[in-house]
Amino acid sequence: MAVFIVQGDFNPWQEIQKYQNSIDSLAGKIGAACIFIGTMRDFNLGDSVKSMTLEHYPGMGEKQLEVIVVEAHQQWSILDSLVVHRVGDIVPKDAIVLVAVWSAHRGDAFDACRYIMEALKSRAPFWKKERLVSEYERWVAENTTGYNLV
Amino acid sequence: MSIKVRYFASLKEKLGRSEDNLAFVEVLTVRDLWGGANPQQSLPDNILAAVNMEYVDLDSRVNDGDEVAFFPPVTGG
Repeated sequence: MAVFIVQGDFNPWQEIQKYQNSIDSLAGKIGAACIFIGTMRDFNLGDSVKSMTLEHYPGMGEKQLEVIVVEAHQQWSILDSLVVHRVGDIVPKDAIVLVAVWSAHRGDAFDACRYIMEALKSRAPFWKKERLVSEYERWVAENTTGYNLV
Repeated sequence: MSIKVRYFASLKEKLGRSEDNLAFVEVLTVRDLWGGANPQQSLPDNILAAVNMEYVDLDSRVNDGDEVAFFPPVTGG
């Protein structure tokens, strides 16, 4: 399992391929890979968003992501996982976060991937500050829950 | 006892600083530490706290050399 916090733009598809190549010894054991990629929108709360800055708590960001990933490995039968989270200045269409989980069967991969992503949204110490097209800047107040959406 | 206090995101902007290095004689809780560092500012309702990069309750005790952080709800991902 691996956790990375990166400053610059990253290509999630290349990261997945690179990581999957590095776990080639598991290839015959893997029956499922579940992938979540979060990207930046150009709108939020009815406003056009020009860019965003993602602040984090260096050290605690890595530590909390590792705790979350270990919890997922304890709860589900998964073979490996990869989490990449971007920080710094971001523009719409850029990837913000990647969660990839490999397992023997799809249920574990789906559930663990969802768990890691939802736990990250509520516990990993990252904060978004949006810059609107009007140049007004505002901190995003809180993340919505990904569960129970209507 | 010597304690480093760090602030992040909107809280850092509101307070106008990112950290304090404080010296105290007696053992404190995280809540007490906030009062010592920010006597003019009440503790925000939705604030989160960490000691040595792990989440804690506001009534947790702080030890010499700890790094204590206060920050608003997280919005990553």
